[in-house]
Amino acid sequence: MTEQSTVRVKLEQERGESRILGFVRRARRSPNVIVGTTVLSLVIILVVLAPVLSPFDPIEQFRRERLMGPSATHYFGTDNLGRDIFARVLFGGRISLQVGIISVSIASLGGTFLGLISGYYGRWLDSLIMRLIDVLLSFPSILLALAIVAVLGRDLRNVMLAVGIATLPIYTRVVRASTLSVKEIDYITAARALGAPAWRILFFHILPNVLAPIIVVSTNGIAGAIIAGAALSFLGVGAQPPTPEWGLMLSQGQEFLRVAWWVTTFPGLAIMVTVLGINLLGDGLRDILDPRLKI
Amino acid sequence: MIRYIANRLLQAIPTVILVTILVFLMLHFTPGDPAQVFLGDRHSTPEQLERVRAEMGLDRPLYEQYLNYMSNVLHGDLGRSLITNFPVDDTILTRIPHTLELTLASMLISTVLGVGLGMLAALRHNTIIDTIAMAFALLGISVPVYWSSLLFILLFSVKLGWFPPIGQGSLDRLVLPAFALAFVSAGALARMVRSSMLEVLNQDYVITARSKGLSERVVIFRHTLRNALIPVVTILGLTFGNLVGGAVLTETIFARLGIGRMYVQAVVEKDFTLVQGTTLFVALSYVLINIGIDLIYVFIDPRIKYD
Repeated sequence: MTEQSTVRVKLEQERGESRILGFVRRARRSPNVIVGTTVLSLVIILVVLAPVLSPFDPIEQFRRERLMGPSATHYFGTDNLGRDIFARVLFGGRISLQVGIISVSIASLGGTFLGLISGYYGRWLDSLIMRLIDVLLSFPSILLALAIVAVLGRDLRNVMLAVGIATLPIYTRVVRASTLSVKEIDYITAARALGAPAWRILFFHILPNVLAPIIVVSTNGIAGAIIAGAALSFLGVGAQPPTPEWGLMLSQGQEFLRVAWWVTTFPGLAIMVTVLGINLLGDGLRDILDPRLKI
Repeated sequence: MIRYIANRLLQAIPTVILVTILVFLMLHFTPGDPAQVFLGDRHSTPEQLERVRAEMGLDRPLYEQYLNYMSNVLHGDLGRSLITNFPVDDTILTRIPHTLELTLASMLISTVLGVGLGMLAALRHNTIIDTIAMAFALLGISVPVYWSSLLFILLFSVKLGWFPPIGQGSLDRLVLPAFALAFVSAGALARMVRSSMLEVLNQDYVITARSKGLSERVVIFRHTLRNALIPVVTILGLTFGNLVGGAVLTETIFARLGIGRMYVQAVVEKDFTLVQGTTLFVALSYVLINIGIDLIYVFIDPRIKYD
């Protein structure tokens, strides 16, 4: 697998094909990337078009239509307050995707920056940063996120920050490891000899070469962040009622599990489909960009 | 060997100290006055606040407060719960067996399932069996534990009536939460075992073993599996962390009186001493477990030099 892809990259380079074109060509042949992208695109379209597609308002209560099963009017049925679950699932997707993207942005930007300077400068700065990362890794991530939310207060913004901080170490570790190997390559020494300032070397010479693992880890990271964000809302420390949020919907539906399976089934399916799509895409990207990366 | 162990323990000391500082500061990071946090949401007069400050030592310099906190911690005193007024250490100790029961059962299930599926997939590489096994693994990591738990209750308890839906204390009440919790880790483990196994199967010594005419069973169990499981051991620590994290969710759903459910309640009720004490307890246990795993790693991997 690894040898094959190295050979392939060489062939492409000999053919004068750019890295991006080669990537696109291989991506189009990867079933994981194709299925993942299709599923994810569908989810994004549904979620973006939520106001157009959903016949009801996600927080409007129809008092006479409580806990109704799926029907032609309410496609996914209604919950205990008579709210349309289809509308809530669609609008809930906006929150979950937002949580996924913002948490991963925090984690990947912060983690990459720390990893770059830790790997490049080494010495005491490296030791200091790595100790801090060790501290973050001393907590199981859900517990760390819960602790952060406990300190900052229970709301969705703090959930994103908490998930971002809790998942930051993996980016730092991956980027640091790549930086350590890249900085020994001749062209970095050449750039340094020419008097290029450190920030220029870091961001223009090293960063582009450590991007592949960052992209792979971030993609799977979004899936993890969506699960973690919904978990915190499920536990009651994230989104607050009446917000249509998948995790919150699951916890509210738990009470009615015996009488109304649809209340918990559809939000759960929504999480699973979204996360599955992202994970497939992530697996595909890993096979293309960085097959040795084990995540 | 002893030097390696000593070194590994020494390395953990700065981490542990930083963890205690961070946990100690938790209270001071909260927006607003720590004394007010101790008093909770109740309305309080300036005199009351002043008294709490003096009682808690909040009027003394921060480093003094920390040293005082640490001296208490080292004596096993984690303070008293702000809500129930029970000692935090006792509360944790009465809850921990329930969590251990659940996480250990899950660990066993996920290891058997994960290693089994991963091996099967690697040995039948690029066949339909491989595809199905990996589809299961992908499903495992994509289905959140709080949803699979609800599905399990719906299917095995509400519809089929095989197991009680919630509670603890007997084996039949352990089955659903343990399996629900195990699936996520089993998926991750299966993927790891598969890729690790595929790597080893391509090594020269496995090819040599095959060409010597050794039976397939000997090649797999003596030469491949043992080496393939080495990297897997490192993620067992991570798995344990994930299981403890997942226990927060499964204990809440299945109404089990473990440490995870207690933690969530403490966060929701703003019981800061309990949150602080539990965070410290879990973090220190986790650090110790990871040291233990590093040591196991040295024992099973002869390529690692001890010094």
